[in-house]
Amino acid sequence: MTAQAREQQGEFPYTRGINADPGVWTMGQYAGFGTARETNERFRALLDQGLTGFSVALDLPTQMGLDSDNQLARGEVGKVGVAIDSLADIEVLMDGIPLEKISQVRTTANSIGYIWAAMFEALAKKRGINPNEFGLFIQNDVLKEYFARGTQIFPAAAGLKLSVDVIEHIANNIPRWVSLAMSGYHIRESGSSAVQEIAFTFSNSRAYLDEAVQRGLSVDAVAPTLFTFLSSNMDFLPEIAKFRAARRVWAKLMRDTYHAQDPRSEQLRIFVFTAGSSLTAQQPLNNVVRTSIEAMAAALGGVQTMHVCAYDEALGVPTEVAATLALRTQQIVAFETGVTSMVDPLGGSYILEQLTDDLETEIWAEMANIAERGGALSCIESGYFQTELGDSAYKYAKSIDTGEKTVIGVNTFVTEPVAFEVFTLDPESERTQIASLQRVRATRDQDAVTAGLAAVRAAATAGANVVPACVQAVTAYATVGEIVDVLRDIHGPCVPSTMF
Amino acid sequence: MAGPIRVLVAKPGLDGHDRGAKVVARALRDAGIEVIYTGLHQTPAQVVDAAVQEDVDFIGLSILSGAHLTLFADVMELLRARKAGDIIVFGGGIIPEDDITELEALGVAKIFTPGATTASIVEWVEDHSRTLTASN
Repeated sequence: MTAQAREQQGEFPYTRGINADPGVWTMGQYAGFGTARETNERFRALLDQGLTGFSVALDLPTQMGLDSDNQLARGEVGKVGVAIDSLADIEVLMDGIPLEKISQVRTTANSIGYIWAAMFEALAKKRGINPNEFGLFIQNDVLKEYFARGTQIFPAAAGLKLSVDVIEHIANNIPRWVSLAMSGYHIRESGSSAVQEIAFTFSNSRAYLDEAVQRGLSVDAVAPTLFTFLSSNMDFLPEIAKFRAARRVWAKLMRDTYHAQDPRSEQLRIFVFTAGSSLTAQQPLNNVVRTSIEAMAAALGGVQTMHVCAYDEALGVPTEVAATLALRTQQIVAFETGVTSMVDPLGGSYILEQLTDDLETEIWAEMANIAERGGALSCIESGYFQTELGDSAYKYAKSIDTGEKTVIGVNTFVTEPVAFEVFTLDPESERTQIASLQRVRATRDQDAVTAGLAAVRAAATAGANVVPACVQAVTAYATVGEIVDVLRDIHGPCVPSTMF
Repeated sequence: MAGPIRVLVAKPGLDGHDRGAKVVARALRDAGIEVIYTGLHQTPAQVVDAAVQEDVDFIGLSILSGAHLTLFADVMELLRARKAGDIIVFGGGIIPEDDITELEALGVAKIFTPGATTASIVEWVEDHSRTLTASN
């Protein structure tokens, strides 16, 4: 019997799962569009149906720290998510929703994580409740933005500092919140292998943890609150092995490198999205089959939270029908197949254990390579991550072009395209949002805004944590764009990479 | 047209998805075409400035965020304003069928949608550069 075969569910190194008891994962579908009012209506409907966890997709101007009336935001307001300019939008977004009933609000705030944390802290204060009474889940993984997701605002070192500000502030003040989703999903979507997905992600995590520890935080104050956010692709067995290998590597990293004492620090919680890049615009209904297989791989891999992509995502923002079917897909996997009645049911399979061991070895080797190159920040600054992803994305595209890799409907069993209904957004959303932003600017207490922005400037200049000053600024209705402009003055802009 | 074909691959707007743009840039380069990539987050004015400065024959725009109608229109208008309307503009991304018709009406020569092979894009660029040569 190999060492791995003796591993037990719910025990170090958690290859076979962080819990010994079986159960159903959290179904966390991602949505959001248009104005805060439209998204609020959807949240209230979900709350009425008994859901207590939401995700908020933010539009690109918000994610990049631009107000909706910025010239650069033209055509993008409310497109891929909801537009948030000031606390007034958060008040509308959460209008009529008792915060203390919310188990988790997740967002894609990365380059603006500190503003997002400040907004919800300010909202809680205005409502007279302790922010620790509800759950907020901030992605806040800025490093992967520089090579895989693309909403970077400042130079990478400044981005790292601001992300750790959020981690530090939350660890010290609001421990119930999740201050970092260690994101491999976007790395995989940008073309990486499974090994790179985990190795790049954990190397980024090491950069955050090292800085947090350097600021005097204990690893056990940070690690238990973290999630990792991974992709589930079509490589069925290797993907199941990937979730297992990721848990084993994380557990050993926490124990051996960070000397964690709290077992929760070693237990990697996994949040999975099925792979958007595996979806095809051709024969889009085929994507339902693909996402079912990917959801099953995630279920067999023992993940904690799952989002299933909609079949029409290669065509546009999901339609209502497609979004509902995506939720039904994971409900069918969870409630009809019996897969949730056991933990790590494939553990002990010779091939799965071999794949898990091989992946673990390769992940450690790549992490060592990254460490030798100076760690994640150096690998971003030198372009190593970008070049590696570009190489593998190109190789993958070529393999589809040549037919070496089969994709049904794209290079095999190709048929004539048929017209498909796609989602269209109300074109008035952008104008409505700009009008409400201008109302906020005209009616707020300008002295309080000026004082708040001065506090942000002072904190950033001193190299101090900016979150408390951001709370002051957003409480006075300073906008996302105004706060980011102050920080850009200090940290400078991010120069785009032109390598390919 | 003298010398090798020159193409500017550009990411206008705030969309951060550049996997496709970079794959196309590499495929064009592998075919012997000179390629310049703008990097992310370019304004239409920056794209047009780069195209004029680099004296390119083609601009390939990539947008997956849904802002294509606004951004393609701005690029086309600025090209005309800079008297650089002879630069052939093509594009790709998640672009619905109806919008493709609209973009073509703006003067965009071709939109490649998901699933287009790199070979088909290279071939299209080579074919259209021959058209340029023939008409010059």
